[in-house]
Amino acid sequence: MTESPDAPLALLAELTHRCPLQCPYCSNPLELERASNELDTETWKRVITEAAEMGMHQIHFSGGEPTVRKDLEDLIEHATDAGLYTNLITSGVLIDEVRLRKFAELGLEHVQVSFQDTEAENADRIGGYKGGHVKKIAIAKKIRDAGLALTINAVVHRQNIEHVKDFIDMSVELGAERLEVAQVQYYGWALKNRAAFIPTYQQLTDTTKIVEEARIRLKGILAIDYVVPDYYAKRPKTCMGGWARRFMNVNPAGLALPCHAAESIPSLKFDSVRDNSLSWIWENSSSFKQYRGTAWMPEPCQSCDRKELDWGGCRCQAFALTGDASNVDPACELSPVHKETFGLAMEEASVEAPEFIYRRIGSDEEADSPVFAAQPSE
Amino acid sequence: MADKRVILDQASVPGFPRGVKFRFNKTKEQWVIMAPERLLEPNEVAVEVLKLCDGAASISTISNSLAEKFQAPVETILSDVTEMLQDLADKGFLIA
Repeated sequence: MTESPDAPLALLAELTHRCPLQCPYCSNPLELERASNELDTETWKRVITEAAEMGMHQIHFSGGEPTVRKDLEDLIEHATDAGLYTNLITSGVLIDEVRLRKFAELGLEHVQVSFQDTEAENADRIGGYKGGHVKKIAIAKKIRDAGLALTINAVVHRQNIEHVKDFIDMSVELGAERLEVAQVQYYGWALKNRAAFIPTYQQLTDTTKIVEEARIRLKGILAIDYVVPDYYAKRPKTCMGGWARRFMNVNPAGLALPCHAAESIPSLKFDSVRDNSLSWIWENSSSFKQYRGTAWMPEPCQSCDRKELDWGGCRCQAFALTGDASNVDPACELSPVHKETFGLAMEEASVEAPEFIYRRIGSDEEADSPVFAAQPSE
Repeated sequence: MADKRVILDQASVPGFPRGVKFRFNKTKEQWVIMAPERLLEPNEVAVEVLKLCDGAASISTISNSLAEKFQAPVETILSDVTEMLQDLADKGFLIA
């Protein structure tokens, strides 16, 4: 028997895959869950209680668009009562001031609003939702008025990367505490659309300069987190703080995942919170144990002095680019396919961007139908 | 966060801004600072300082209490405490 792992720090609660936006870089899996398959309120409450009992500190309510769930108020209240720090990750287009104030009253601490661009027209084109940008700006202001902490999540890629400066100014103007300049990461929908998103190396280095300058200038005013596309890196990112080391993700249907993209690895078998407790899953689920720690690592990871720093990078990326999730993450320059991957990205970035493949539930359905589908048993 | 960078001195009264919680996690028996998608695990010394950051006591008052508690020279404590809290303020975990 191996020693039982330290408890995770936070739970990512993906309440739903329904969303009015259709961002072509969505981090949800290609096969989206339908409303009829979503966990009910009581099961989520039980999961939240279990998370707090395990010693987790934070819960992130996410999706899809988590505010399509009419029981979000109940879940925020329950999480707060359980002692968790509550965070809402939202597009912001479906909430009004009344509901926002209710969330704050029930204990919500922080809201992260995603933005597709700083220019309304391009932002709405990328998100596939007309009028979205204007709504987002309005709700960001209301978030501050309601006394909630605000993070602006700027998803950056070749079709808006020239606006990073404007994103920084916009965040200061909106009074945000924090800005995430998150370059698109290439899994799932984003991988399908990679050629439409990947910036050139020059664009990346220009952006890095802008961010570094702003961090110094705005010290104590705006905290800026910066995520680069790791195709252009020398070493992989410490994905999720290491597989099954820091976080747990529960998807809308109740499957517990070591990360939100883990379903892209077909060999993994996931356990459901419908059948098992969160702590049982954390300690025993085969998908969590599979890449936890360092025993699974191939060479050159096994003899690398960074193996307990980056924990081998990203398993989903290794699978997506090599077909085997236990291979070296191609983002690492020690991967045999690193050069090839880098070259491919450079090539894609150098030619005209193709049309987007928008994120939709079921390719043959009306794009807007999922959002208005019925809630599960309430 | 603030409109401009806050520079702390001994008269500053430190406290936690909206969205930042200094809490004891019972299961882990550990003090943590929780902030938007960030988590700090302060060391024992930092915990002693942060427990006194109640939004009422000044850095000078806090340093005097700690100097007494740990039988240490107040000048050293004052400088260490100010430096530590300034770092937290710069990262958005503290206001004054």
